[in-house]
Amino acid sequence: MGYYPGCAITKCSTSEEYGTSVLGVSEVIGPELEEINDWNCCGASSGHATNHKLSTALSVRNISLADKDGYDEVLAPCPMCSQRLIISQNDVQEDKKLREEVEDAIEMPISNNVKVSNYLEIVKNYSMDEIAEKQKKKPEGLKVASYYGCLLVRPPKVLKFDDPENPKTMDEIVTAIGAEAVDWEFKTSCCGGGFTLSRTDVVVKLTNDILEGAVEAGANAIAVACPMCHANLDMKQSNIEKEYGRRFNIPIVYISELIGLALGLKPKDLGMDKHFIDTGSVINAFSNIEK
Amino acid sequence: MKIKITTKELTSDFAKEVKERSGIDVKKCYQCGKCTAGCPVAYEMDYMPNQIIRLVQIGARKEALSSRTIWLCASCITCSTRCPKEVKIAELMDVLREMALEEGVANPMEKDITTFHEAFLNSVKKHGRISECGMIMEYKRKRPKAALKSALQDLSDGSQLMLKGKLSLAPHNIKGKDSIKRIFEKLQ
Repeated sequence: MGYYPGCAITKCSTSEEYGTSVLGVSEVIGPELEEINDWNCCGASSGHATNHKLSTALSVRNISLADKDGYDEVLAPCPMCSQRLIISQNDVQEDKKLREEVEDAIEMPISNNVKVSNYLEIVKNYSMDEIAEKQKKKPEGLKVASYYGCLLVRPPKVLKFDDPENPKTMDEIVTAIGAEAVDWEFKTSCCGGGFTLSRTDVVVKLTNDILEGAVEAGANAIAVACPMCHANLDMKQSNIEKEYGRRFNIPIVYISELIGLALGLKPKDLGMDKHFIDTGSVINAFSNIEK
Repeated sequence: MKIKITTKELTSDFAKEVKERSGIDVKKCYQCGKCTAGCPVAYEMDYMPNQIIRLVQIGARKEALSSRTIWLCASCITCSTRCPKEVKIAELMDVLREMALEEGVANPMEKDITTFHEAFLNSVKKHGRISECGMIMEYKRKRPKAALKSALQDLSDGSQLMLKGKLSLAPHNIKGKDSIKRIFEKLQ
């Protein structure tokens, strides 16, 4: 399967532990992932917010590269990337003129045969049985709020993934490894996304609401599958403390890290020492399954 | 919302122009307000999302394109998802932002946001991928006031990221960066 890491989760980037844990887990339970040759940035929020054609071309170039490498399915673990790739793919299929312009710009034909998937889809479609079979550790007392954010489920008509108001896939994975998935209201609330640097105040307010929602629902950890959600929820807890005088200190973990812990992978090999909020309580909740 | 509308605006083709560019038909909107009710950033906006649609409907081009709202939209797509008339509001914000930049009327109050987008795309244009350090430096250099305000927090976040090996000084160049440059030259 083709692998499109995207900028945020490559080595030495702000969310590299997501990439590290996705790859570590896939080595144990599959699917086999191979990085697409010479992929480029999808343009993220700044692309589509300012130039539709440019954003489409930057995204679609990667699909053409994947096709050239011979992949018919691509995993893009970052939901910003997977959403941009899927929307762009959809746009060029619907608009012939746009398709021609984009093909001219990327100087490659556009393929209709590449399916782009997010990480939750891949785990659900390929790995649930493998997880059950190869699980070595089980968490005790771990209450997880599954936070999907915006980009995994919206726009629903294009992404066709889970329920946009009350998605369940991540909760199913959390439950499958033996943690408790708490029911809460902020599963798909926006964290402020790309405003981290330009409008930090907005991000601090929105993340405060989300963290509060999780804590009130009884969660002692939040699971994410998005680098932006992670960066905002993890890094901004210190800003929240300064602005609102509230100390949450709740660990924000990637769903791939939770799966990795369940499979018995070492926390360090999953990049769990790289978080701002200490993940020790999550790691310590896992103990060996007695067989 | 208090704005003065001239007959010229009321007979303008603004809504038609938006539809031609994006396929979005604002005339379908009957102003139920569901988009605004679900918008997480509405509290910061000068016009509510449904009011932006109304401005487009009545041809108030200047008000819509120079609003702060279009820049404050976080593109979370909650509005489009919940709209009973299937008006793609988040996508409408994209088109309006594009037009505002083309016409040089982007609201100066949200210059931090436009500058961030600029710095982000410049980095992609140069390297093919995001160079986090380079992008942040360009953004901070162009917005010194904002940089000064957040200097302490940035220093603490930045050094933590560095310590954890999550912020690289070197850019991530791709082999085909010339083809990326060509894409920018053709489409930007």
